[in-house]
Amino acid sequence: MRDVAVLSFAQSTAARETERNEVEILMPVVREVIAASGLERSRIEFTCSGSSDFLQGQPFAFVMALDAVGAWPPIRESHVEQDGAWALYEAWVKIQTGEVDSALVYGFGKSAAGNLGDILAMTLDPYCVTPLWPHADSIAALQARAWIESGKGSERSLAEIAARNRAAARSNPHAIVSGTETVDELLSRPYVASPLRAHDCPANGDGASAIVLAAGDLARSVSKRPAWIRGIDHRVDPAALGVRDLTRCRSAELAAQKAGVARDKIDIAEIYAPYSHEEAILREALGVPDTASVNPSGGALCAHVMMSCGLQRIGEVARRILSGEADRGVAHAAHGPALQQNLVCVLEGD
Amino acid sequence: MVEPVKSIVTPIRLEYDYTPGRATSRFLRGIAQHRILGQECPSCLKVYVPARGSCPRCAVPTEREVDVQDSGTVVTFSIVRVPSENIHFELPYACASILLDGAGIPFFHVLQGLAPEEVRMGMRVKARWVPTEKLGPTIASIECFVPSGEPDAALETYGEHT
Amino acid sequence: MAENEETEQSLHATHVLEYPFRRSLGPILEKFFTGLAERRFIGSRADDGRVLVPPAEFDPVTAARLGEDRLIEVGPAGIVTTWTWVGKPTAKHPLDRPFAWALILLDGADAPFLHAVDAGGESAMRTGLRVQPRWVEVPQGSIRDVCWFEKED
Repeated sequence: MRDVAVLSFAQSTAARETERNEVEILMPVVREVIAASGLERSRIEFTCSGSSDFLQGQPFAFVMALDAVGAWPPIRESHVEQDGAWALYEAWVKIQTGEVDSALVYGFGKSAAGNLGDILAMTLDPYCVTPLWPHADSIAALQARAWIESGKGSERSLAEIAARNRAAARSNPHAIVSGTETVDELLSRPYVASPLRAHDCPANGDGASAIVLAAGDLARSVSKRPAWIRGIDHRVDPAALGVRDLTRCRSAELAAQKAGVARDKIDIAEIYAPYSHEEAILREALGVPDTASVNPSGGALCAHVMMSCGLQRIGEVARRILSGEADRGVAHAAHGPALQQNLVCVLEGD
Repeated sequence: MVEPVKSIVTPIRLEYDYTPGRATSRFLRGIAQHRILGQECPSCLKVYVPARGSCPRCAVPTEREVDVQDSGTVVTFSIVRVPSENIHFELPYACASILLDGAGIPFFHVLQGLAPEEVRMGMRVKARWVPTEKLGPTIASIECFVPSGEPDAALETYGEHT
Repeated sequence: MAENEETEQSLHATHVLEYPFRRSLGPILEKFFTGLAERRFIGSRADDGRVLVPPAEFDPVTAARLGEDRLIEVGPAGIVTTWTWVGKPTAKHPLDRPFAWALILLDGADAPFLHAVDAGGESAMRTGLRVQPRWVEVPQGSIRDVCWFEKED
């Protein structure tokens, strides 16, 4: 295995981008991440992005987004119709092949332009479930109730998770919501999709994020303390909700095991949990110790940019390692109904 | 017993509030004023029209606005013979990639006012606008391009774009 | 810098995408949808013995092909295994008044599936509730041949 590290991370999030198109959102993020990487743009050998054209309703929108990168002279480029975290996985594999030593990875989404509830309903079984058009909040709520009724937690545990994330988000300039409410205050609010309340559901927004990766010697030559990717794996559960035990997340358990989360201490965990109960299920699945700082950014509850949020989790862990604030952390990304698909990435400083 | 169900129809309808962004909004507002606005790359000086706010070659924002002429040269073309409910031109007709005078990249539009077999690369054309009172922030404010009657342009003036 | 940069807002337009998808079913789902057209529920037995509804074409654990010999009729009544409440239905939803989404485990099945429950009010919903399907007048082979489930008589 080749050593691969995150050199830099940049992000942009807003509740709603009503003025800028995707290129106008992406370009400053891409310029910032390249400038911070220590590499010249011409030294970056591979570009990989994650996005979904359905979010903006424009077929092949990801091709237009390349305007933000500068695809001339022609560059080596690839795209995944997934969160940028999976684009990072592809770039990591590309570096492993030895074909390239560096990569730019980005993810972007502008879901406020469309009806995210309807669009996410299209990720469900198109024969038997999409024609009913359940909202993503409802699908998550089915899992939340199953989790509560299994005895693993309560509505109070959900509110505790939300309160902690909202308090943490106060120091994150990229958070869309934050708050200082007590658990009892949160519990007094109405349901959005019982047993979930608004604060148990994601603060959806528009934005982009980007990461620059480099292999061993190149990373060491430009960074005093790169954030090394020590393990990365992604796994998927069956799509049908009924064939899974919704109170646990087996694909995340397996990905965490393969990525080697438990091999050493964990200082920080950034978990892609747009719904409160998901953080609890994933914390257990990933084996995050109680001593770890979980979602110090405020997590996906406080800023959820589809197709970028998972890459942001990796970036949030990486930047704390780059700065020396943390030595070892785990980042997680998810896709699909009720945590169907999960990616786990373990990062370490020297 | 019923007939076996071999397929099902699952219609999808999605509504969006679309914005073309800042640069293209300015281009479309220019069109409503009978102007074609491009944006110049501060690095390579290429003029993009319609502008999307960036130079895709240099990956830098484009900010300086320049007026581009509503006349230009046919860089390449295609004859359309397939009907579509979105198209109101009589078949067959030519669509063309047109390098507007002052622009750095060609622009897509429809040619009218000549038989399809007369269309050729290098042909000089001019925009035919809708009447002033019907001008709006839409590319449809230019009805089509028609031959300008000028002599054909030399290949060197547009060959880079073929 | 262009004039009016600070004051002029970007243009907006409504943009609609429509896809009139027709999806072919194949030998297994064909039986499920033909079953619905006959007001019956068809499931399939997986390799571990569980009965799955809708029937699976491939085993969710072993990935082995599950043939037509695995098909088995289940239901039509069942129980709610988890649920949530929709206070404000959209035009795309099966009901135009508040209703529940539920995972419903049909009698004889081991895996629940999603459908709507017309419970009257949220306080009437609970996990374990026995429900039965309310069919449309002329079923045609669609998951929406079931209008919704309702409390068992």
